[in-house]
Amino acid sequence: MTLPIQIDAPLGMIQPLLIVCGVGFLVLIADLVLPHAKKHWCAYLAMGGVVWAFAIALGQWGEEQHGYAGMVVLDNLSTLFNLLFLGSTFLVMLLSEPFLRQERVEQGEYYALILFCTSGMMLLASSLDLITLFLGIEVLSISLYILAGYRRDSEASNEAAMKYFLLGAFASAILLYGIALTYGATGTTNLNRIADTLTNAEGPLPAGLLLAGMAMILIGFAFKVALVPFHMWTPDVYEGAPTPITAFMSAGPKAAAFAAFLRTFFVAFGPIHADWNMLLSVIAALTMTVGNVAAIAQTNVKRMLAYSSIAHSGYVLIGLVAGGNAGGTGAIFYLIAYTVMNLGAFAVVILLEHRKGGGDELKDYAGVGFRYPLIGAALSLFMISLSGIPPTVGFVGKLYLFGAAVQTGHIPLAVIGVLNSAISIFYYLRLLVLMYMREPGEVLPPVRVPAAIGIALLVTAIATLGFGVFPGQCIEAARAGVRALFS
Amino acid sequence: MNSFAILGVPILTFLTFFPTVGALLILLLPSSKPRTVRIAALVVSLLTFAASIPLFTAFDSTARGMQFVERAPWVASLGISYHLGVDGISMLLILLTTLLTAVSILFSFSITSRVKAYMVTFLLLETGMIGVFAALDLFLFYIFWEVMLIPMYLLIGVWGGPRRIYAAVKFILYTVAGSLLMLVGILYLYYAHHLTTGAYTFDLLQLYDTPLAPAPQLWLFGAFALAFAIKVPMFPFHTWLPDAHVEAPTAGSVILAGVLLKMGVYGFLRFAIPLFPEASMTYTPWIVGLALVGIVYGALVAMVQRDVKKLVAYSSVSHLGFVMLGLFVWNTQGMAGGILQSINHGLSTGALFLAVGILYERRHTREISEFGGLAAVLPWFAALFMIICLSSIGLPGLNGFIGEFLILLGAFRAAPVVSAVAATGVILAAIYLLWMYQRVMFGPVTNEKNRGLPDLSGREFWTLAPVILFIVWIGVYPNTFLRKLDVSVTELLARAQARTISMRAPASTVVPAAAEDAK
Repeated sequence: MTLPIQIDAPLGMIQPLLIVCGVGFLVLIADLVLPHAKKHWCAYLAMGGVVWAFAIALGQWGEEQHGYAGMVVLDNLSTLFNLLFLGSTFLVMLLSEPFLRQERVEQGEYYALILFCTSGMMLLASSLDLITLFLGIEVLSISLYILAGYRRDSEASNEAAMKYFLLGAFASAILLYGIALTYGATGTTNLNRIADTLTNAEGPLPAGLLLAGMAMILIGFAFKVALVPFHMWTPDVYEGAPTPITAFMSAGPKAAAFAAFLRTFFVAFGPIHADWNMLLSVIAALTMTVGNVAAIAQTNVKRMLAYSSIAHSGYVLIGLVAGGNAGGTGAIFYLIAYTVMNLGAFAVVILLEHRKGGGDELKDYAGVGFRYPLIGAALSLFMISLSGIPPTVGFVGKLYLFGAAVQTGHIPLAVIGVLNSAISIFYYLRLLVLMYMREPGEVLPPVRVPAAIGIALLVTAIATLGFGVFPGQCIEAARAGVRALFS
Repeated sequence: MNSFAILGVPILTFLTFFPTVGALLILLLPSSKPRTVRIAALVVSLLTFAASIPLFTAFDSTARGMQFVERAPWVASLGISYHLGVDGISMLLILLTTLLTAVSILFSFSITSRVKAYMVTFLLLETGMIGVFAALDLFLFYIFWEVMLIPMYLLIGVWGGPRRIYAAVKFILYTVAGSLLMLVGILYLYYAHHLTTGAYTFDLLQLYDTPLAPAPQLWLFGAFALAFAIKVPMFPFHTWLPDAHVEAPTAGSVILAGVLLKMGVYGFLRFAIPLFPEASMTYTPWIVGLALVGIVYGALVAMVQRDVKKLVAYSSVSHLGFVMLGLFVWNTQGMAGGILQSINHGLSTGALFLAVGILYERRHTREISEFGGLAAVLPWFAALFMIICLSSIGLPGLNGFIGEFLILLGAFRAAPVVSAVAATGVILAAIYLLWMYQRVMFGPVTNEKNRGLPDLSGREFWTLAPVILFIVWIGVYPNTFLRKLDVSVTELLARAQARTISMRAPASTVVPAAAEDAK
């Protein structure tokens, strides 16, 4: 007997996602079973799951498959992003473990939530339909709301979670409304079919409906990746959330939202490129400028990195404005670059925050460079990379993005970009000023580097420098990812 | 085309990275033994200098094009290659770099705080500087150009004077703002080259042949020239220089004046002029005008300084005005003179900063009014300081004369009035330097603190001696060096002129726009 309907649910193609999700549930169960002294096994279990999923995703490189009625896709773009998410999630877990132990807040649900959030990101990057895309964003966001407020005893953490939740819920609603309007205008939620409708529509499309839908979808994404003027939540949430979660938010979820952004605007709204291009370039210029200028005024490292994160979203947006192979490759390469260097920077921030007498104010960094030479050197490297000075991955990323802008004739945007880089050097290198050129207020006690953070630092430092000097392979991967969009 | 290898490593790669290797080895030494660290750093810098001598001796001064060329693909998909090579101009500048670095490290033995970090930073700086002069790939060049900023920033900011942080930040922001705009220019050129030839490349020698319409050329020259003009520095982009010079430690000032400013000049010679010859010609009146303003303004401001170091800093603005004038009079005398004068300025001003440093270490002040009558107390110092001042003024028989004479000659051929205005700079230089010398060295000892100051130590003597040796050498027999420049200068001018003539023919507009590559 045959089934009346064809079930189009190939589990193989979403295997990494299933593993991450499944291990998330296992961690929840393990948390119930394990005695309090052995809670750190939850971390190991979660990390094991991530490594497993990473290995599977690596094996999927080059494979291409559509499934679930065309709602989910496996291609090089989704695989590349999956690898990026899993890699950054693993690094964040390395950064979290010593922190949770020191703060005595070890609980399994922390890792489970990170895993669920990661599965949301993976769904987001593989979505070929606005419905699954929304599903991915919600899974991701809800996990993050909880994680931002993970420190229940801390007022700042609670405030961050509340703020993030309220604004995030608004943004989700707007995004959903945009999806509905787009559906109304085109009669489909599938990205490819939206593009088809836009190019081959028989009669005139309801332009107002369509543009309103697109604008609302844009607002939804703009909120998630913190584009001006939808960036207001970022500094407060970044500052209030536990630092490893701040690091996490700036890495995976941001890249995931950009992956969906890229797919939606390159594929679905690709045919009406001219309608959104100018708008995006204005937003890019504003985002870079507001982020960088506001970062100068900050006295708290996490807030400074929050504004820096806004500014970097603006840089990535240049890639979307430039469009095409070059722009897409630039955006993806830059997301990889930003994830690596920013996680490295946060690793140092976490380390210095949790040393005896440490903190996350800028003044806490006075004299750190000569007192802890290796930590100082690492943070200097990440700051140099974030400001886009060679020979680091941050420089290659900017070179590629600005190159794409120049190539497609967006020279004013490239000039605004480089001027912003010049502004950003001021505040990134201010950390070097503090670390090397100012004397500490008191004698700094020795700092113990937990092995997990040491590994994370080493990996990010090697990647920052390595991809900076030999970017070839990484660029090729990004190119292969973008090609999937246009095939 | 010749090549030369040291320990199996091609000479330019060796020179560029040996200081880095040395720095990494020094990192392994214990910080508790500053003496060992100092000597190790000196040995590394002396070895680098020794290794750079074959560059001079094996250099074929009759051959056209680049020599000691090394080339390997680096990021093939983007057309980036590891391409090194020198002509007469960059060869001499590399020698100047290795000499001044060794001298500076010897002088820096008096640094007592964070010796290891200081020496490591200094050697990393040397790698950046040599790399800038050796790179023939725009990507590679840009990397060295920027990389070098960080060590200089740290040298000023960590080991500098009271306003060091302000000076360091100002230094880096000025330089970076200029060079980032150049980056956009580089990218534009890269795509323009792709549009006309279909090949992506950052290789300078290939980019030389990119035909560009006049309008984008003007913009591109502007972007490149701004970066270089800030570095030179040309009036009115010079305001970072007095701060950086005054606040930097002595050796930092030596390198800043001796080598970093030369990078701006070199940038014009290697990039801005040959890449955009027609725009260079168009901008010539402006650049010559600014150079003249710089010559006179720098000299006048130098004259009223009370701080010796500030005086020397402003004299740099004036002297670099001469160099830029020489480059933009468009004849061989002027250009060769400009290049020689930038070497001379490296030697003379480097030595002036060393002399000021020697005074400062004795009295911890640089106020001219604090001194007076030192000639009687420090006879050896007085003699050497005199030679250095005279060299900077341009006394015949010393290096400064040759350079300034050639520049004025070239300027006279181009426009006598320009030469006349520039010549006032020479006179003003005599006034401000000799007047300063007189107030510091001659007359009775008016300040009791100056009595009984020790004369030059052996180490101080040996930091000044090699520089003075070259000052005299160039002054007496400049041909040793000018001969090496001949072919390079002729070739550069010929290339610029050939391109400008061919450009007069109608050129197709080249604008990299969303072309076939966008999809």
